[in-house]
Amino acid sequence: MSGIRRRDVLAGTAFVLADIELARGAIISGQLPWQPDKEDTPRTAKPGAWKFFTADEAVMMAVLADRIIPPDPDTPGGNDAGCVVFIDRQLAGPYGLYEGLYERPPFIKGTLQQGPQSAQTPATLYRLGIAALERYCSRPDGRAKGKPLASLQAPEQDAILEGLEDGSVELEGVDGKTFFQQVVKDVQQGFFADPIYGGNRDMCAWKMIGFPGARYDYREWVGRHNERYPHPPVSIGGRIEWTPRKS
Amino acid sequence: MRSGLKSIAQLIALVTLAGCGRPVAAESPTTEAVASAQQPPQAAQEPALVDRGRYLTEAADCAACHTDPRSGKPFAGGRPIQTPFGTVVAANITPDRKTGIGTWSDKQFDDAVRHGRMPDGMLYPAMPYPYYTRMSRDDVLAIRAYLRTLTPVENAVHSNQLPFPFSIRAMMHVWDGLYFNDKPYAPDPSKSALWNRGAYLVQGAGHCGACHTPKNFLGGDKARQAFQGYTLQGWFAPNITNDEARGLGKWSVEDIASYLKTGHNRLAAASGMMGEEVALASSRMTDPDLQAIATYLKDQPGQSPPNAAPVNAMSMKAGKAIYEDLCSACHAPDGRGVPYLIPNLAESSSVASRDDTSIVRVVVHGSESVATDKEPTGPAMPAFGWQLNDDQIAAVATYIRNSWGHAASPVTAAEVSKARKP
Amino acid sequence: MANPLPHRDAVIIGLGWTGSILAYELADAGLDVIAIERGPWRNSATDYAPNYAQDELRYRIRHELFLRPAQTTFTFRNKMSETALPIRNWGSFMPPNGVGGGGVHWNGETWRFLPSDFILRTHLTKRYGARFLPHDMTIQDWGVTYQELEPHYDRFEYLCGTSGTAGNLQGQIRDGGNPFEGPRSREYPNPAQPQPFSHTLFAKAARELGYKPFPQPSGNMSRAYENPLGVRLGPCTYCGFCEWFGCANYSKSSPQTTILPALVRKRNFQARDNCEVTRINLDPSGKRATGVTFVDQSGTEWEQPADLVVLCAYTIFNVQLLMLSNIGQRYDPESNQGVIGRNFSHQTISDVTSFFDRTKFTFNPFISSGAIGMCIDEFNGDNFDHGPHGFVGGGYMGQVQTNGRPIETTPVPPGTPAWGAQWKQAVRDNYQCATKPGTGVHGSMYSYRDVYLDLDPTYRDRFGRPLVRITMDFHDNEIRQNRFLTDKFAEIFKAMGALQTVKEYRKAPYDATKYQTTHLCGGAIMGSDPRTSALNRYLQSWDVPNLFVMGASAFPQNAGYNPTGTVAALAYWSAQAIRSQYLQNPGPLVHA
Repeated sequence: MSGIRRRDVLAGTAFVLADIELARGAIISGQLPWQPDKEDTPRTAKPGAWKFFTADEAVMMAVLADRIIPPDPDTPGGNDAGCVVFIDRQLAGPYGLYEGLYERPPFIKGTLQQGPQSAQTPATLYRLGIAALERYCSRPDGRAKGKPLASLQAPEQDAILEGLEDGSVELEGVDGKTFFQQVVKDVQQGFFADPIYGGNRDMCAWKMIGFPGARYDYREWVGRHNERYPHPPVSIGGRIEWTPRKS
Repeated sequence: MRSGLKSIAQLIALVTLAGCGRPVAAESPTTEAVASAQQPPQAAQEPALVDRGRYLTEAADCAACHTDPRSGKPFAGGRPIQTPFGTVVAANITPDRKTGIGTWSDKQFDDAVRHGRMPDGMLYPAMPYPYYTRMSRDDVLAIRAYLRTLTPVENAVHSNQLPFPFSIRAMMHVWDGLYFNDKPYAPDPSKSALWNRGAYLVQGAGHCGACHTPKNFLGGDKARQAFQGYTLQGWFAPNITNDEARGLGKWSVEDIASYLKTGHNRLAAASGMMGEEVALASSRMTDPDLQAIATYLKDQPGQSPPNAAPVNAMSMKAGKAIYEDLCSACHAPDGRGVPYLIPNLAESSSVASRDDTSIVRVVVHGSESVATDKEPTGPAMPAFGWQLNDDQIAAVATYIRNSWGHAASPVTAAEVSKARKP
Repeated sequence: MANPLPHRDAVIIGLGWTGSILAYELADAGLDVIAIERGPWRNSATDYAPNYAQDELRYRIRHELFLRPAQTTFTFRNKMSETALPIRNWGSFMPPNGVGGGGVHWNGETWRFLPSDFILRTHLTKRYGARFLPHDMTIQDWGVTYQELEPHYDRFEYLCGTSGTAGNLQGQIRDGGNPFEGPRSREYPNPAQPQPFSHTLFAKAARELGYKPFPQPSGNMSRAYENPLGVRLGPCTYCGFCEWFGCANYSKSSPQTTILPALVRKRNFQARDNCEVTRINLDPSGKRATGVTFVDQSGTEWEQPADLVVLCAYTIFNVQLLMLSNIGQRYDPESNQGVIGRNFSHQTISDVTSFFDRTKFTFNPFISSGAIGMCIDEFNGDNFDHGPHGFVGGGYMGQVQTNGRPIETTPVPPGTPAWGAQWKQAVRDNYQCATKPGTGVHGSMYSYRDVYLDLDPTYRDRFGRPLVRITMDFHDNEIRQNRFLTDKFAEIFKAMGALQTVKEYRKAPYDATKYQTTHLCGGAIMGSDPRTSALNRYLQSWDVPNLFVMGASAFPQNAGYNPTGTVAALAYWSAQAIRSQYLQNPGPLVHA
């Protein structure tokens, strides 16, 4: 026999099954399986205390978020838009643990085309990266001249981040470029994702570009060429007009 | 489930009326037992009779109660039926001699189905004998002949699980005296044969009034409001008279027949308990019979036009926003849905029913429409209860009930909150 | 020890498009059919309802509907000289997970291949001479012709309600359709979808350049539709959440919206979900399949005996199962012997992003559908003279932009910083006036001696079975093809009025981290010669006559089109052979 071990099977599929309330392995016949209230609804970010970041890490993240997406008169910056909350909730969930990654050894560094060959999770990368960046800033001979990142002026902060990006600022114990690219990606994703995930507060990013969000019916607009779509965006969590109130 | 106060009122009513009961002609049980013991075994029945009996069993939808979907054993009973008075469990009507009706004579069977009397006590009208009484004796005996061909299943069922005092079967003498019009169907010579066949089916085997006719607090039909809708088991079975605003006024005979046959027509889809009815009963009926039913229903007078309900502008505005954002991708911006796939809300009278139980339930919990061989798609409406709060669901339901020419009572947040409970 | 189950006439491995088609056909023929699907059952109403399906983060970025590499993956290397390493996170392609397979999340792009595609080696040799082809290009004729497949293409299109405009009706070239397509017997079942602004502008520019643009054949319904099985679809609402997502309002063709509701009602059909087939079992002769072994969610092994086995598990998984079940001779690139794993291919994709005047153009990119788009086919297949160019093959190109979803589709001009105030401003300024087609140039990838599949010597799946090893790189032919096509593509955007066009040529080496469609093909190819093919022209295994293998694994090389239409047509073609010939007389249908 092929020597299949039950626990290996379960280990490989557990995360798949955990997501699916209607997990079945029984025979399906006669009719389509359906039950009321069994939709696979999204796991939203609930407001409240940090689930992943420490208070200090959150301070550093707020700086990063606001440099990656600076505030301006029309649109909030990354921090105010909730991007740090977004990342916090994501890192505390399956994304942080990189659930689904193939994690079997051996881990051998390959070509760029073969893709990342480490089992390092985003959660680990953030822990190491934030700590390493703090340590870098505390060095008197670094660009922060020994001062914490949050206390620097914006151009000085940017100089450090640009250094991470081009490799001229090196971090200890973690690849600064990889770390910074991850943060840029996550901040920007949090900015544009549905507000139910903690970022894009009040759909500010969608309003910035004119993306109508979770709307699902544009039939009346397909033929209206070169006409700006006028309706406000909607989130999966709705919009303020959904709630009856005296206008 | 009725509240405690209502139960007490019902008890008092029944006890008070106990003295006014109609005398019942008592049959000697001994005579019956002798009669049944002397009957020859029904080994070789006419195939045509059995087939007619099978058809009528399906039309009367016996399986809906008497086949427990959990066990799947046909007609072996065990399915609990929720009534406003408590739970009754459907009996085992397979030919099993110990736990089924194998020892019953034809007369005993007919007495049960058309007169509400079992050998050992009265039946509760959860078994719809007040409707089956309209059937002919021949039809009921054909059903008996079919049931005799079933595999006997040993399944002892304790039917009476009602709380005291409703558990006293003898009270049904009183109830029957008030509400049981024990007469078979009498054709109306002024109407067509098709109409009469429809009336016979609707009033009898179809027992449509069991769900669709309003009832008083003791569970008796409000005969003058026949087919004008009734709330049961978390659904409002809608008005199926020809009323334009509230009933089937916008449906043609073909629409009704299609709905009954396939579960779907250009305007609506059957789901919930009616979906089950279609799957088990009307989808198996002949086209002429369905035409007959439709013809009869289209001739039932509707209610007087509803009063325009005062509508809260705040709710309508919010409801409109929700409708446009969430509902229109399936139900269309103009509310007309997609024929045979997504119900047409704009031309639906049931969304504007006097009772909003169904629309609230469907929005909160979702619902799957029935799939039949002719219409296998069976699209489902998802649940919105997890996404919208009580005020929001109340707003969008109110909006739907008062748009596109509808005028119906607003939905309250309290009603939505109640509907969330399983 | 596997627990035995009651015998069935037919067992179907995988319940995606081909699994659903074959299950229906065999059940309709009266067989007792069981389908075994590795992933979960998927239903429109429960898995992608219209109040949460439109979630870019969840479905496009986190890929919730897709397989997880932890469950199974492949190893990859460009060259035979390298060590293959696991694809630890998906990149260049992304296998689906669950009933419906790729049919749940695809765009609905429903193309037919060209008549010349099916006789490729013969055709190209005749036109250009054998020496025009690279010496290590291993393209082959399919063993079946377009004419033979035409009724089956038609059948699939009518099953799906495909929306389009015919370009060649029984030999008559029709305005507004694709003038290069093979003759079709009748019009599409639904008219083409109306096109949004940028797609319409592209067509206008293409016409002005002398091309003949036409609407992409679309599996998104242009109107409500009832298919021949009585299953109904609704009209597409241009939500812009198509590929990567399930369709929430029944308007995208998928097994769920076209076959499964009718299939489940057949009393002789059953399905198991969350059960993975691990092996096709053979009798001692090795020439007859006796059924399959599968593992359920709890890890228990079962054996499903059957007289007929139909393998419908997707390209690479088909090949893996054949290898692990010791069916057919494995391909060895050194000796050029063997067939299982031979002729593996993907697609040659590139894109052109263009930036327009903000004050003059408002594209509303979020108004779109999966298979929307205006395309030209002048540079596909052998539709043009390749003589001067020194390459073969080609592809369609078009403004086929499906979305304006902001995480994915907020293009900024080259030179814009990746973050900061300038980035933010550039996003703001360009969202409404940029075009980003996505798979704008959809080119063929022909097959080569050193592009193949075999089993990895090191890495294993959770059952301890070897992973499939992919050895793949681009060859010069495809790189040159792509450069030529991408340049032509960019010209059309210039003619549209773009201020700036940014070409992203497809470059070697093949990069397993950059998404380029999941159109993997080959590895268990069909053909006329059992020495160079795994299957005969009816997709019947040459080695095991009661085994049929569906899917793009049968393609000897990939053409310049999305494969699903051809995958389905072959499935219907094979099903017809099974029903009309094989069942009456089980045994090899072709004697080579």
